[in-house]
Amino acid sequence: MTMLPTEVVQDNADLIEAIDALVARYGNDRSALIPILQELRQQRRQISDVAMQVVANRLGITPVDVQGVVTFYHFLDTKPTGTHVIHLCRTISCAMAGMESIATRLENELGISFGETTPDGFFTLEWANCIGMCATAPAMLLNRQALPRVTPDEASELVARLRAECLAQRSGNGANGAAHGSAHGPADGNGAPDRTSGASGPPTGA
Amino acid sequence: MSVRTPMTLATIEAEQGLRAALALAPEEVVATIKESGMKGRGGAGFPTGVKWGLAAEAPAPDGVRYVVCNADEGEPGTFKDRVLLSELPDLVFEGMTIGGYAIGSAHGICYLRGEYVYLLEDLEACLARRREAGLLGRDVLGSGFDFDIEIHLGSGAYVCGEETALIESLEGRRGEPRNRPPFPVVSGFHGAPTVVNNVETFAWAAAILARGADWFAHIGTDRSTGPKLLSVSGDVERPGVYEFPLGVSIREVVEAAGGGEAKAAIVGGAAGTCVPARDFDRAISYEDVSTGGAVIVVGPWRDLLEVAENLQWFFVNESCGQCTPCRVGNIKLLEGIRRLRAGELSRRELDDLVGLGHTMQIASKCGLGQAAPNVLLSIIEHYRAEVLGHIPVGAR
Repeated sequence: MTMLPTEVVQDNADLIEAIDALVARYGNDRSALIPILQELRQQRRQISDVAMQVVANRLGITPVDVQGVVTFYHFLDTKPTGTHVIHLCRTISCAMAGMESIATRLENELGISFGETTPDGFFTLEWANCIGMCATAPAMLLNRQALPRVTPDEASELVARLRAECLAQRSGNGANGAAHGSAHGPADGNGAPDRTSGASGPPTGA
Repeated sequence: MSVRTPMTLATIEAEQGLRAALALAPEEVVATIKESGMKGRGGAGFPTGVKWGLAAEAPAPDGVRYVVCNADEGEPGTFKDRVLLSELPDLVFEGMTIGGYAIGSAHGICYLRGEYVYLLEDLEACLARRREAGLLGRDVLGSGFDFDIEIHLGSGAYVCGEETALIESLEGRRGEPRNRPPFPVVSGFHGAPTVVNNVETFAWAAAILARGADWFAHIGTDRSTGPKLLSVSGDVERPGVYEFPLGVSIREVVEAAGGGEAKAAIVGGAAGTCVPARDFDRAISYEDVSTGGAVIVVGPWRDLLEVAENLQWFFVNESCGQCTPCRVGNIKLLEGIRRLRAGELSRRELDDLVGLGHTMQIASKCGLGQAAPNVLLSIIEHYRAEVLGHIPVGAR
């Protein structure tokens, strides 16, 4: 087991506390690893190197084992993701139904490419492989909720609406709100993560 | 409405199958499933009753066996399991409970793909209702049989639909398929005998116990019994889930969905095969064109190599990387398709591409790599003129 330097432990006190709470809930058996990582990703928008090391220590496995798992699965992110995560399905039935024009529109509206997060930390844009919405293509996942039959104009409207919501929330929360939306630097130890969105949150865009 | 034909499964009375099963001895339940002739609805087509029998007979040192529902519906073009889990979750869980009784298992696990996380809350509520009603938990319906189900959420990996990769994932590892044998029925989750069945298979198992093996066996063909849910998408007027008896012609399915002008259909999804319209009289069945349920219809104006490129990219992205034929082969096939579309491929290179595809079919470790070249190879075989049209004059 690798001991973390004291200053790293101090800087990541709340991360370590969060991991300990998850280990208490799911256990320290190897089969608890993925549920712990899923929950950690949802709470903190990323699974950082420090997080992987701490989880490895708690489960008695090597950090490389944890990293191997994190990097294997599409939904376990190592980089901090934005407040809203869009997964556009690029597989055949959606591609046949006009996925390409949605992709172009999203890239233009957000000013980023797939795999990137906007500098304001509001959006992450990702590809998804077939999400099982083929009868209502083209489709996407917004914060892991399915949105069927998206048109390019709807994609634009969605981005505009969510951006306005994020801006309103940021100005309402003041400096504290600005800190947790930042995509720069690790989210760990960088103020409380936003818990209002994510996998189990309400279908914001439905 | 997501289901466009009358759905037999929706007419099965709640608890009827489970009560019928509990009135029988476990081995009689296995025998009933065997008599029905049902083969796995995920597409591989292994007889469900045989699988259950093997797991029931496999030695379990601690008496622990597992029933796993494969709800990792990742095959491109397939969505009937999502519809079943949304609309008939009780029937699926009832089928799992029957499976647990048949093989002597107290533990059910539903592996739900991460893309379907929005179903989780309703599924958990369904399980809670079933516990409340005495259909799960200790002493199911006063029979003395204990069984409960937990849901495990996937994190986005197509290969986890392969049953040994799914088990690796349940154990907290990368979803890399295992060598077989041993098969999961002998040594699966944590080394215990484990039955892994598709969502639809469990639903039909409950229906078979409710209606009888004969009822099921009389639908379909001799070797492909029962009805099957098909997910139809692509260039059709009415995409959606359809129920047909196995043995139905591809033509009938395509026409029902309003794809009359179709040029081809990709049957079985990315891992399936491209069937040209002139072969639409072929049957959807285990002995002819087998599918877990995906029928992707391709309209007459569409470039088939565009379809092939999309699906090859999918495999490049989803290969677990464990074995070389799949990890490297898919990249080479994708490069080849892109060069072919750009008019940069010679005939000799096209032949090499086909040879590489055949190597992947025999040398890959699991079904993903073995099936990855199928669509491309079938397109090259059936649409020779269209494919050769991409090769510049004089390029050998």
